[in-house]
Amino acid sequence: MESSNGRSGGIEVEGLVREFKNGPRAVDGIDLRVGQGEIYGFLGPNGAGKSTTVLMLTTLLPPTAGSARVAGFDVVREGPQVRASIGAALQEAALDPLLTGREHMRLQTALHGLGKAERDERGTELLERVGLADAADRKVGGYSGGMKRRLDLALALAHRPRILFLDEPTTGLDIQSRTALWDEVARLAADDGVTVFLTTQYLEEADALANRVGIIDHGQIVAEGTPAELKAEIGRPTVEAIPREADDRERMAAVLSRFGEPAGSSPRAVAVLLQGGEAELAEVVRALDSEDIAIEHLQLHAPSLDDVFLAKTGRSLEGAGDEEGAESAEPEAVGAG
Amino acid sequence: MSGATPTHALTNQVGQLARRSILRTLRQPAQIVPAVVFPLFLLAVNSGGLKDATNLPGFPTDSYLTFVLAVPFIQGALFSVMNTGTDLARDIETGFLNRLALTPLRGTALLSGLLAGAFVLGVVQAVAYLSVGLIAGAELAAGPAGAIVLLALSVSITVAFGTLGLFAALRFGSGEAVQGLFPVFFVFLFLSAMALPLNLLTTDWFHAIASVNPVTYLLQAIRSLLIEGWNLGDLALGFGIAAAVGAVGMLAASSALKTRLVRT
Repeated sequence: MESSNGRSGGIEVEGLVREFKNGPRAVDGIDLRVGQGEIYGFLGPNGAGKSTTVLMLTTLLPPTAGSARVAGFDVVREGPQVRASIGAALQEAALDPLLTGREHMRLQTALHGLGKAERDERGTELLERVGLADAADRKVGGYSGGMKRRLDLALALAHRPRILFLDEPTTGLDIQSRTALWDEVARLAADDGVTVFLTTQYLEEADALANRVGIIDHGQIVAEGTPAELKAEIGRPTVEAIPREADDRERMAAVLSRFGEPAGSSPRAVAVLLQGGEAELAEVVRALDSEDIAIEHLQLHAPSLDDVFLAKTGRSLEGAGDEEGAESAEPEAVGAG
Repeated sequence: MSGATPTHALTNQVGQLARRSILRTLRQPAQIVPAVVFPLFLLAVNSGGLKDATNLPGFPTDSYLTFVLAVPFIQGALFSVMNTGTDLARDIETGFLNRLALTPLRGTALLSGLLAGAFVLGVVQAVAYLSVGLIAGAELAAGPAGAIVLLALSVSITVAFGTLGLFAALRFGSGEAVQGLFPVFFVFLFLSAMALPLNLLTTDWFHAIASVNPVTYLLQAIRSLLIEGWNLGDLALGFGIAAAVGAVGMLAASSALKTRLVRT
């Protein structure tokens, strides 16, 4: 957890609160710890408090109460040290459409104090790494959404930060661009030991990328753990089968009842909660085969993070997003005048 | 990250942001062209339509073109309010300011760097106005050295007005709000000794307002070079007002920046 300078490469948050004047308590006393090299997925609908948390952890918004240490530095008292240790790609890819990718890299590396020779070298290295070497001298105004996000990531890495904050980095991207970004983020954590704090409203993103996930709703963390732990908390997977012959439905129900309690299903199907988990699926197939029951359709439904969200908040994550967005939009700009 | 001294770091930051500001200005013809063409168009209209004003007793020159040539320099500077303000407001709206805030960038460097674009625009405008004016037959009583001082004065005014654009952008955070201020600033120009010398403004209320309007003295400083030659009093007043506007604008912008950038 500690680096050579004695400072941690992680994040420690205790009782963090942010209230806005005449507004909601956007973040309502959250506690969390992220270890060095860990990818922490911060999952929640629009307006849940994700971006406000990121703004506080990146020193762009002072907390109302509580404390947070990022890379071992206090976000309130040691802002400059925090900023020197972190990279951030905030919600919108904040780029200048009139500058080229290379000019962005030059500006960012120079402002971080890299020497002239190192600037060019680092800029070229990062542009190649995110697959923008060919487009480096084109104005950013002509970049696609995925290219902008990749440049945003490269800029966040310009000064070799120990901790990377990514605020909804793949929102609006096609699946190809999203997967490319996931690969790069995973590589950063695995190979370079970079700690990644990733906010997202995509369940599959948190599931695929994060070592641990925190689910935030109404400014509070309602669940935290590895994706597997969170899903296990919710319960067992369900297997649902439809017999080829409708007359076999009763026999099929009898066979499946050996594997667990009945669960809700469509009229033609039979479903049970698998007592022994996913591992029993093969056994289910063998049992149906041994009874000569032909299967038209068989589906295993593993608990998802959406099920976790539903269980913890009583709402589906997708629906909650719209609802929250209408209730309280999170502040995107800093210190609106 | 490097071992640069604080002064070197500040210079480097100003240089980098100045470079960006200049590139942005040069890559936006929509910022340069109207700022050059519109004042020249008004110069053509005014110098043709009001040339009989030179017959008024006490009018300082027999060339109305020479007299009114001072006006484009101020009009051009007003465009600087809009251009610098709109550029910064866009940075706020797009989140680019947050990106900059996450670097060790100092507020002074940000504001100074952003004014570099206004400086370049000021040079382009001043050269264009003076060249077109002289080609059209205006006089420059102070000679070639006066041209250089005129350029310096014009750029000083443009940069000073640019600080007001920075303040407006930081205060309101929107490009539309900055553009909405343009007519307000234009009122200052119309309520000055723009079309006639101060001593020939006989309407009491107008004379009173023009007498306390700093734009009047900026115009007089420019006119002194065009019409009289070297009037050090007028020049000192012109440079002084530009410096004062710039200082007030920078202080206001710095304060607004602190409010907007609440980074710890």
